[in-house]
Amino acid sequence: MSNNELPFTAHSFQHYLSQGELKASRCTDCQRVFLPVRSLCPDCGQDDLEWVGLSGKGKLAAFTSVYIGPTFMIEEGFNREKPYLTGIVELEEGPRISARLLGLDADKPAEIKIGTPLVFTEQKIGDGESETHQLAFHSAG
Amino acid sequence: MPGKMKQLARGVSLVGAGMSKFGSFPEKSSRDLFVEAFLDMRNSIDKEFDVQDIESVVIGNFSSDLFEGQAHTAPIMADAVGLVPKSAVRVEDACASSGVALRQGILAIASGLYDAVLVGGIEMMTKLPTSRVTDTLAAAGDVLYEIPVGFTFPGFYAAMASAYFDRYGAIPEDLMQFALKNHANGALNEKAQFGVTIPDWMEKRKESAARKGRPVPTWQDEWEFLHDDRANPMIAWPLRLFDCSPITDGAAAALLVADEIAQNYTDHPLRIIGSGQASDYPLHDRSDLTSIKAAKLAGQQAYQMAGIAPDDIQVAEVHDCFTIAEVIAIEDLGFFEPGTGFKQAEEGVIARDGKKPINSSGGLKAKGHPVGASGVGQTVEIFKQLRGKAGERQIKGDPRIGLTHNVGATGQTCVVHIYQREE
Repeated sequence: MSNNELPFTAHSFQHYLSQGELKASRCTDCQRVFLPVRSLCPDCGQDDLEWVGLSGKGKLAAFTSVYIGPTFMIEEGFNREKPYLTGIVELEEGPRISARLLGLDADKPAEIKIGTPLVFTEQKIGDGESETHQLAFHSAG
Repeated sequence: MPGKMKQLARGVSLVGAGMSKFGSFPEKSSRDLFVEAFLDMRNSIDKEFDVQDIESVVIGNFSSDLFEGQAHTAPIMADAVGLVPKSAVRVEDACASSGVALRQGILAIASGLYDAVLVGGIEMMTKLPTSRVTDTLAAAGDVLYEIPVGFTFPGFYAAMASAYFDRYGAIPEDLMQFALKNHANGALNEKAQFGVTIPDWMEKRKESAARKGRPVPTWQDEWEFLHDDRANPMIAWPLRLFDCSPITDGAAAALLVADEIAQNYTDHPLRIIGSGQASDYPLHDRSDLTSIKAAKLAGQQAYQMAGIAPDDIQVAEVHDCFTIAEVIAIEDLGFFEPGTGFKQAEEGVIARDGKKPINSSGGLKAKGHPVGASGVGQTVEIFKQLRGKAGERQIKGDPRIGLTHNVGATGQTCVVHIYQREE
């Protein structure tokens, strides 16, 4: 890891996300790309990694429409009448990652197809001190 | 499977098992429920024995810290049943906590250090409002990458169902068959939280509406009831309320002893002939979302240790935290081919009187799912079934070999045990 790079942590991943960038760590040895970010390559057993920008292209591997969410999603305005979509996205570079899903109809989950093409976006939640940025993917269609 | 055959260094027997009633008990704490489970366990032991012969206590508990504001629960449980100053250990592996506690008790005896170990599990979940229970359970997911994007536990299993449906063509009604089957079993279990069939539940809802002077629902049958968004609301598509195990208070306890002293407790001990455990990545990091690899591996380890095949299992309790979880479990354990599990409830194969009875207790679905107690709760049912003490829900044919399958979170922990009664 060169000196000007951020450490390979979820915190750093979030920092890049807040800049609108989707980044993963990559083993400099076997070139495997890791998202969630890893600081140790489990295949090579070594910790020489680098940040790599991802294309942001992926497809839907699994999903759900959540009608009963956790407290923070309820605070974001979701409820039984207004469900939200979340799922697992398979990225072009190989990794799979959990993400919010936008641009698809949460009220009609049965019509959503596994394999739907998706593109990276990031979702800003809240303002000021409570501002967070969540990984999200949008229907590519 | 590569590697040398793994065996316990000495044999371990299950000589007693019991549980508290599962349900909602606002006037009790987990220690009260553990005492209830301990007494039920003690009553299940055939011969007189000195409780002080128990040398160690291993307790599975997911999160009394968050549910009850009480950490360090193991010595409290040891104290409650009069076992201070014996060593007391808490095991936390989410919903597999007490399945793993059972395994730790087995390993402690196999090591030669102890001859008699009390294992158990506790969880007191109903003191928190439902929204905070959801938040607490979410702590068993990956709080850095999974939870912030909105995954909940029903959501994880719903996502697995979406992948399973896509691959094998199953539909929500296939899952509802599992709920119907497990409630039919739970109706015969006096310890179950929901000891009532779904058709009877539906009738009770009608009676209750009539009694309160409200409009009486017009459901013609259980299918209409299960498709009613008000009676059976969507939780996380495609899972509805009746696809989900409930929020439950409960405790379970079992006594393990070295094989050579088992006869001091009973003439019908159950030998632990197989034990397996494995871990896995969070859900998104898995190549296959229609199966739980750790469950397959834990099952293979247990079968190999026991020297038996999946077809030899006569009765099994599997981790049906959601209906789809039972479908995946019966495939992962090798009872059915991948992509065929979803048909087995409708066809009656896994019913109490079917060829492969699964979750005769009612499963987590009807019996209840006090997460840290569920693993040993499964052991209680197998103990009863293999000893012919399951009453109205007794499996026919004098079963001698049973299995328990306990899953933590989305399968990051899986633990499988196989039990055999000697002829």
